[in-house]
Amino acid sequence: MKFTELTKNGKFIITSELGPPKGFHIEKALHEAEVVWPYVNAINVTDNQSSVMRLGGLAMCKALLEKNIEPVFQVTCRDRNRLALQSDILSAALFGIDNLLLLTGDHTTLGDHKDAKPVFDLDSVSLTHMVKQLEAGKDLAGNILDGEPPKFCKGAVVSPCAEPLDPQLFKMEKKIKAGIEFFQTQAVYEVDKFDKFMKRVKEFGVPVYVGIVILKGPGMAKFMNENVAGINVPQELIEELKKDKEKTKSGQTGIEIAARLIKDLKPLCQGVHLMPLGWDDKVPQILKLSGITVDK
Amino acid sequence: MLITQLKKKEEILPFLKAKTLLVACFGCKEVFFPEKEYQNIKEEFKKLYPDLSGEIVLDYLCNEDYTAKRLELYRQEIEKAETMVVFACGVGVQTLAGLLASKTVLAGCDTFYLPGFSGFTPSSYDCEQCGECRLSSTAGICPVTACSKGLLNGPCGGAKNGKCEVSKIKECGWENIMNKITTTGKVAEKLKESVSIRDYKKSQ
Repeated sequence: MKFTELTKNGKFIITSELGPPKGFHIEKALHEAEVVWPYVNAINVTDNQSSVMRLGGLAMCKALLEKNIEPVFQVTCRDRNRLALQSDILSAALFGIDNLLLLTGDHTTLGDHKDAKPVFDLDSVSLTHMVKQLEAGKDLAGNILDGEPPKFCKGAVVSPCAEPLDPQLFKMEKKIKAGIEFFQTQAVYEVDKFDKFMKRVKEFGVPVYVGIVILKGPGMAKFMNENVAGINVPQELIEELKKDKEKTKSGQTGIEIAARLIKDLKPLCQGVHLMPLGWDDKVPQILKLSGITVDK
Repeated sequence: MLITQLKKKEEILPFLKAKTLLVACFGCKEVFFPEKEYQNIKEEFKKLYPDLSGEIVLDYLCNEDYTAKRLELYRQEIEKAETMVVFACGVGVQTLAGLLASKTVLAGCDTFYLPGFSGFTPSSYDCEQCGECRLSSTAGICPVTACSKGLLNGPCGGAKNGKCEVSKIKECGWENIMNKITTTGKVAEKLKESVSIRDYKKSQ
């Protein structure tokens, strides 16, 4: 089911995220997806996340569909030129994938194949334009596609707490003009900043699903503050994580913080996107604690 | 080696107005510059706009220190001008845009690749000789070379504190472009409307 249709019906969208394994044995990944699935509308499948080589996202999406789990196919521009991207998007249509998340992608030097050629033939905006072209029955070179054109719901990402914010808004507007229909965001820990962001993007009229990353400990928070773009974990949350070491280690502090954030952020936006980074089993508890239930 | 080619007349014409200064670099031995074509188009421009601000002819525009000194000789002309259309390779255009931050600096040429020795003047600016110079729409900062991913449609979101995700000492090219666009406030809207896709046959 396309997100656009769900949002139109006034539904609050809940999504989670799954990273394919480094290998072709997907039992564990499938189990993680099955644990989360009853609580969410769809599960994003990452595309060589953080430039670390893994099983292909398209194959993982297909495996999810076979289990009747709704996937969001994440597509980056780092590893494929425009021919390969178009091929994969058409393959996604063949498999019945409805929702796409279109990204530029991290640079190759951030991952585990630092010596690889970074492709970036297209970027998130031109990739969106390319999908629009396919939907209009033409490839990027203008050649006519055989048969009925594919139709997707096209999403992208935005960083609501980035500083400066203006370049983000510029790119966000450009993505919408190119055809983006929903946004999933970078992890948000500052409710005030997100509120300000939402006020500025309200006029765009495009649904925003706020990103939530579970805090596993004070070290992770500090690392993200120093290294991850657009993320700032406030000092009081770091103190909260430091206070009861055992509680934090068990994941309970992270669960409580995530649930509280969802409760505070929910009235401001149209959905929530959870990035559990391996803590998929914590998703049901977070959602229960935050008081939101999925409406499929 | 590289070769510069005048952009199409229709592309340059919208740049021109009374307070436009033409800057041409007849410069260095590595660049083939279309001097004759430039003279012809200049005469056409003068007929269309008899009150064009003027013309500066230089060599080695890419040499920042040398150019800064040479520009002092033309201080009055430069002060009067609002926009400057530069007929030079991409490094030349970027050098001038960097020196004259308050002016709108536009590219009159595309720079193409030619095999052979290149890089006579050391410069912090880089031109990949892509053959479709975009400096006019990106505030004189090249997205192909100043962005680690060579993105044409805006910043990727990977920059932290103004620095690129690939290195904590490399500035984010797009944040620099966005800052300059906001301060000069002229091209942002146009940039927002367009989807740019590179034509790689022009750089092969």
